[in-house]
Amino acid sequence: MLEIKNISKTFNPGTVNEKQALKGLALTLEDGDFVTVIGGNGAGKSTLLNAIAGTWKVDEGQILIDGLDVTRYPEHKRAAFLGRVFQDPMNGTAATMGIEENLALALRRGDKRTLKQGIGGAERKLYRDMLAKLGLGLENRLTSKVGLLSGGQRQALTLLMATLKKPKLLLLDEHTAALDPKTAAKVLETTENIVNQDHLTTLMITHNMKDAIHIGNRLIMMNNGRIIFDVKGEEKKKLTVEELLRKFAQASGEEFANDRMMLTN
Amino acid sequence: MDIMILINALPGAAAQGLIWGIMAIGVYITYRILDVADLTVDGSMCTGGAVFIMMMLNGSNVWVSMAAAFGAGMLSGLATGLFHTFMGIPAILSGILTQLGLWSVNLKIMGKANQAINVDKYDLLVSLRFIKNVPFYKNTILVVVLITVALILILYWFFGTELGCSLRATGCNDKMARAQGINTDFCRVLGLMISNGLVALSGSLLTQYQGFADINMGRGAIVIGLAAVIIGEAVFGKVFRNFGFKLLAVSFGSIIYYLVLQVVIWMGIDTDLLKLLSALVVAVFLAVPVWQERYFSKPVKKGGRS
Repeated sequence: MLEIKNISKTFNPGTVNEKQALKGLALTLEDGDFVTVIGGNGAGKSTLLNAIAGTWKVDEGQILIDGLDVTRYPEHKRAAFLGRVFQDPMNGTAATMGIEENLALALRRGDKRTLKQGIGGAERKLYRDMLAKLGLGLENRLTSKVGLLSGGQRQALTLLMATLKKPKLLLLDEHTAALDPKTAAKVLETTENIVNQDHLTTLMITHNMKDAIHIGNRLIMMNNGRIIFDVKGEEKKKLTVEELLRKFAQASGEEFANDRMMLTN
Repeated sequence: MDIMILINALPGAAAQGLIWGIMAIGVYITYRILDVADLTVDGSMCTGGAVFIMMMLNGSNVWVSMAAAFGAGMLSGLATGLFHTFMGIPAILSGILTQLGLWSVNLKIMGKANQAINVDKYDLLVSLRFIKNVPFYKNTILVVVLITVALILILYWFFGTELGCSLRATGCNDKMARAQGINTDFCRVLGLMISNGLVALSGSLLTQYQGFADINMGRGAIVIGLAAVIIGEAVFGKVFRNFGFKLLAVSFGSIIYYLVLQVVIWMGIDTDLLKLLSALVVAVFLAVPVWQERYFSKPVKKGGRS
């Protein structure tokens, strides 16, 4: 499904701010894998997702989606295969446009934008049905501007937009981190429902270790631009937070003091 | 101060306002929809006038000449767009570069700093002579109103299409737009082209109206355009919510600007000071939302809510 071959990325090379964010990272996802990604601050989690999404080009290595080499594809071209939800709820939607307009943009992800009407007549029913499933009462507010919605509503809408046209790979970058606990739980539940229903291959970054263990079929831990721990299936289900912390100390060879807070949440 | 002088001058002011209103709609597309302050307009206004007048003088049809002016404006927008996207130059600087370059281009098109055209010898669509004592269908105000309405209808349609929606998304949130597979660079270039096409079209109308094209005719156009956008929003913002009406409000804003200008001139202000006055008025209007946020928002509660 997704094949990442030894990608590296250095930001601000040759300056005092030089930061080697990815160091020859390799990762292969199977069809239908739901992978949670954990790691301390600056471990390279978001960098990994941005590398896949093509926010910038990697310095070396290769990225293949379904066997297709997308390493040189610009961001908007890769979007045809990807659904993305960002940490900041403001990032995933266009605030000055209506809910239905946002959804219509998402429905056409990967298609050529033509001079046909931006929202087809039959689409509104689809949007209403999909929004109703979110259970946020958005189904009756199709023409409301997205800027009027709460962070949680916007994030749920972004999730819907990311999956409205089934992506080959869903990238979730701490998409519940900016929400209050109750809303976060609701958005996470919606995420699981959608992913399970459509059997989406998913990479989800989270700071919550419990979520990382309970959700998905595979867990990877990153540190310092590399994957230091990769566990799946039965073995993953049996993990505990304490065990993960120990693994982290073991694999990274570093003291945990600073990262613990972030990891246990 | 004879009030009749003012009243006699108002129809002409309204006609000018309408013509500049088309330019202001172009500014609206970049400034409000694409979220870019595009200074190309100061040059492309004259480019439109220059292309139009040279084509007319060489015997072209008035409509063909206006279409060519529109096309020339689109090319200047393309130049700014490529400076900005392909060469990675900040948008505002890209516009300044094109504007400077267009100075030479405009001179080369016209061969000298200005060219005149006689409305009696050439079949022009609008003219300051067509304001009074002409059959109503030749009246410049009516003609420009019809052109404006037609343009607004076309733009209303376009910004409702898939392509138009992707342009709006690019201006609103380009990160989201790219995540949804929209080529934001292409959208920016296209938006700049449409905008400058409209500006040049307005330039071709202004050339007809005043009977000449001049190398300085677009100087400060961006300020007039912004003034029209801001006045339109301030006066009609609460009433006009539909996109088409918002464009109409820009045109109204431009008319108001020229009517007020006419009143100020009538009151006997030194006309040398007009540009300074315009700049200050626009500066203050741009500051109003910032001031509202900073000084007039709800006071912060001491202690907050527990």
